[in-house]
Amino acid sequence: MQIPVDAEVQRRVMELEVPFNESGVDLYGLSRAHLAQSMTLLKLAYRHYFKVEVHGMENVPARGRAMIVGNHSGGFALDAGCVIASTFFEMNPPRLAQGMAEKFIAKFPIAAMWATRAGQLTGLPENAARLLEDDRLLMVFPEGARGTAKLFKERYSLVNFGTGFMRLALRTRSPVVPMAFLGGGEAVPTVFNAVSLGKLLGVPYIPVTPWLLAIPLPVQLDVYYGEPIHFEGDGSEEDDVVNGYVEQVKERIAAMLEVGRRRRKGEA
Amino acid sequence: MRVLIPGISGMIGQGVALLLRDEGHEVYGIDRRPWPDAPKGIEIFEVDLRKRAAEDVFRKIRPQVVVHMATVTHLLEKSDERYRINLGGTRAVVEHAKKYGVEHVIFVGRHTYYGAAPDSPLYHTEDEPPMGLASFPELADLVASDLYAGSALWRHREFATSVLRLCYTLGPAGHGTLGTFVRGPRVPTILGHDPLFQFMHELDVARAIAVTVEKRPVGVFNVAGPQPVPLSIIIKETGRSAVALPEFVFSAALGRFGLPRLPAGALQHIKYPITIDASAFRKATGFVHDIDELRTMHDYREAFPVVLR
Repeated sequence: MQIPVDAEVQRRVMELEVPFNESGVDLYGLSRAHLAQSMTLLKLAYRHYFKVEVHGMENVPARGRAMIVGNHSGGFALDAGCVIASTFFEMNPPRLAQGMAEKFIAKFPIAAMWATRAGQLTGLPENAARLLEDDRLLMVFPEGARGTAKLFKERYSLVNFGTGFMRLALRTRSPVVPMAFLGGGEAVPTVFNAVSLGKLLGVPYIPVTPWLLAIPLPVQLDVYYGEPIHFEGDGSEEDDVVNGYVEQVKERIAAMLEVGRRRRKGEA
Repeated sequence: MRVLIPGISGMIGQGVALLLRDEGHEVYGIDRRPWPDAPKGIEIFEVDLRKRAAEDVFRKIRPQVVVHMATVTHLLEKSDERYRINLGGTRAVVEHAKKYGVEHVIFVGRHTYYGAAPDSPLYHTEDEPPMGLASFPELADLVASDLYAGSALWRHREFATSVLRLCYTLGPAGHGTLGTFVRGPRVPTILGHDPLFQFMHELDVARAIAVTVEKRPVGVFNVAGPQPVPLSIIIKETGRSAVALPEFVFSAALGRFGLPRLPAGALQHIKYPITIDASAFRKATGFVHDIDELRTMHDYREAFPVVLR
């Protein structure tokens, strides 16, 4: 099935500074034609269905390796969609944020294929390191699936961050761009996670909303990018040191979440 | 130099032999299969590598370099027979090399060593273990041969050892796993999967092996050329059309309707990619491919045009 490609998307896909071969495919299976189709659909959601506000776009480096590190919010990866859309539609020239998809996705036919074609690789440290060494823009959600499993009442909270992303940033000397995402909890207000049903279907859980299905509401979503942080080290540091760095990133995200929360309530 | 090539009558073996002869080497070959129109200057011994007669060849020729390519990679041969040929042959090469003063032994293996799985990383490096055997046990002999050959690196310091893990081969000869897979006008694929395939033109494969003879790099090396390409593009650029089947239909249809009889594990290789990082080989030998992926696919298409009825 071919999706008619939007003209702006087509122009931006051609402006991406990604080394495609003559067939329009990069080293990792990202396909220009398939990316254009995916972005056309994403544009509908980003520009027309949700009301998305992006703050601090200038903090995402125009070129070179960088790691966007953010919080999860909403029953599934709405946050990733907004980051991808914002770097693609708001930056000039556009950049493609490449995520690390949950491993279970790789087992699903079609989903895995489209994820790869749109530049979203399986979440493995080796893949992440390669993208950074190639000066790509990596998108990481250190909360993992526990982050998307947050319930409505926990929507502004942060769960435990792993340390893998920080060791990778140190090893590859990549700046970390903290990112805060708000509104996912309002779009998909999870009241309950059906874990057993999820396991049956091969996913970690199924988010259940008051209207049962996790169809998102067309609400306002906010994306905040903080100034890039450069950490010193080579990734072999003691846990105490790395945990300290992780804590710094987490605090920056928490602070942006607080600013965003107040703004949404009309306090600031 | 005197170069002996077990497995010389295979398509790549012939290519390597011709390149080395043109570079001025004395080239000899061992193969059970004949090379009917072998050019002058290349002497072939039609013997079994694992038999006494092969040792006589080593004794008589006293090769300085051995390029071991006498491995069975297709799955049509029965597993136990493959096991005997691949491991027995590799063992014979190692033992004769030690006994008859060979200076350099090159083992030509495959990148399928790494296995294909949903959670395997892109661009395997040489230090990774073989993870694919659980789902594809039929490859055990190739993996064992690779590891056994690699053990010569520490067991036999008296000769230099190069273990090569080659990506797929494609080109006008049409040999090899990939060339055979896309031969028909309609290529079966598994619905919802479009893995990257890494391949190199058959001329470049022969060149990479010839460069190994010249540069004598010691160690285990992935060997690849152009960037990998999704299967869908290979099918398109070679002029074929894809027939995407749901996996359960594909599995049930194997061995019927003209589809090859393949073990279930082989399906992993058309669902998930096996890609390798060949930077260590490039650094050690300076090898760079001549022919890009597009021309490789087009050369194949011209050699095997799809005839519409």
